[in-house]
Amino acid sequence: MTVTPEITPTRSIDARGMACPGPLLNLIGAIRAGQPGDVIEVLSSDAGSKTDIPAWVAKAKHELVAVIEDAGFVHFVIRKTH
Amino acid sequence: MPARVVVLGGGVGGTLVANLLKKELKQDATVTVVDGTGMHLYQPGFLYVALDQANALWLTRDERTLLRKDIDLVVERAVKVDPAAQTVTLERGGTLPYDYLVMATGSRLDRDAVPGYDGTHDFYSLDGALRLREELRRFKGGAIRVGVAGIPYKCPPAPVEFVLMLDEYLRKKGVREKSTVTLLSPLNRAFTIESASKLVQPIFDKRGIDLVTFFNVETVDAVQRKVTSLEGETADYDLLVLVPPHRGSAVVEASGLGDAGGWIPTDRNTLQHEKHERIFAIGDATNLPISKSGSTAHFEAPVVASRIASLVKGTAPKTAYAGRVMCFLETGGGRATSLRFDYAHPPVPPQPSRLWHWAKWAFNRAYWITVPQGRVG
Repeated sequence: MTVTPEITPTRSIDARGMACPGPLLNLIGAIRAGQPGDVIEVLSSDAGSKTDIPAWVAKAKHELVAVIEDAGFVHFVIRKTH
Repeated sequence: MPARVVVLGGGVGGTLVANLLKKELKQDATVTVVDGTGMHLYQPGFLYVALDQANALWLTRDERTLLRKDIDLVVERAVKVDPAAQTVTLERGGTLPYDYLVMATGSRLDRDAVPGYDGTHDFYSLDGALRLREELRRFKGGAIRVGVAGIPYKCPPAPVEFVLMLDEYLRKKGVREKSTVTLLSPLNRAFTIESASKLVQPIFDKRGIDLVTFFNVETVDAVQRKVTSLEGETADYDLLVLVPPHRGSAVVEASGLGDAGGWIPTDRNTLQHEKHERIFAIGDATNLPISKSGSTAHFEAPVVASRIASLVKGTAPKTAYAGRVMCFLETGGGRATSLRFDYAHPPVPPQPSRLWHWAKWAFNRAYWITVPQGRVG
């Protein structure tokens, strides 16, 4: 699945409607399991993700590649940098 | 000729789906459960054993006593699944053919994935809970850190429950004044569900439980007694309790049925393997980004049983999994709250109360005669 014409994620996690463990924990798990350079996409319908995900990505020093609004949910695209 | 259904795993998901399937299909199917130990373990009890509120006798039962008599039980490890040939190979070399397969194989702990893990405690296994219990009995005060060393992990509320119940334990023991209790949270708050986190944060504040946020444990130095996060921070400890990394079961990995973590790619509604329509997955074994908990398996099992029954009968499926989960969250002091949600409805947890604490207590005590047999929905 391509998020934009330029980005094809290494892995896409559809966490829409999944309150627990939640989109951020799923993202952290995917980053931990991935390789540097991997692009992880998380689909989230949770309003809190718009602050939570960018905050963790910044703290962990990865790259927030894109935040794309869709119908009732958001695509977060993150590159594992190290 | 009856359809052959094989269920790998005799935990809550496997036992319940087998019982429900045989009840519905009767002579139209043979149902076989394959389990490596033949013992059913009640994992939510580890927390209570570690904190000396129950002993381990309560936690295990003979799986044979939980299954309908007309279900076969094979006590042996399944080592490989061949989806093309529709067979399961057992450890001693025998094979079981299947028409439908349910992977209820759970998750396993992978402590070796954390450099320096030796000496760290956990309440995610029977031996871990017993060892921690004895350590806590000897504990005379110091810094206790509770953290998470891998994601996904079973029962997201458990670290929060543990620190709240630990605080109470230390007070009763008379060493709370000489101790610090810290939750090293992988997130920017105590718990993933924001509404529940808002309920417990005031309790943390009142009881002097510290919260360190965005701390995902990466390595342990047991000599220096330091734990380091992937976010680059370090914390000292006198006693370290970690949720170990989890991975999918060996049979999933040996069969090439799972992803890099050993989790089975599963449809979120039909619970079928994304590539093999005769293989279903429930509970911890799936790759679904939902909670790994007994509750998830409990609510998924009737869906899998119903859908397999429909396939056997050649009728349209009657049900799909809508993401239903129900968890208790102990907040200490004889109180608890409940978390109920599905894909369409986020949780709205009530204020912690004695009612929910007793509901959890009653559920725990009644588990052996209600849940595996399908007597409570």
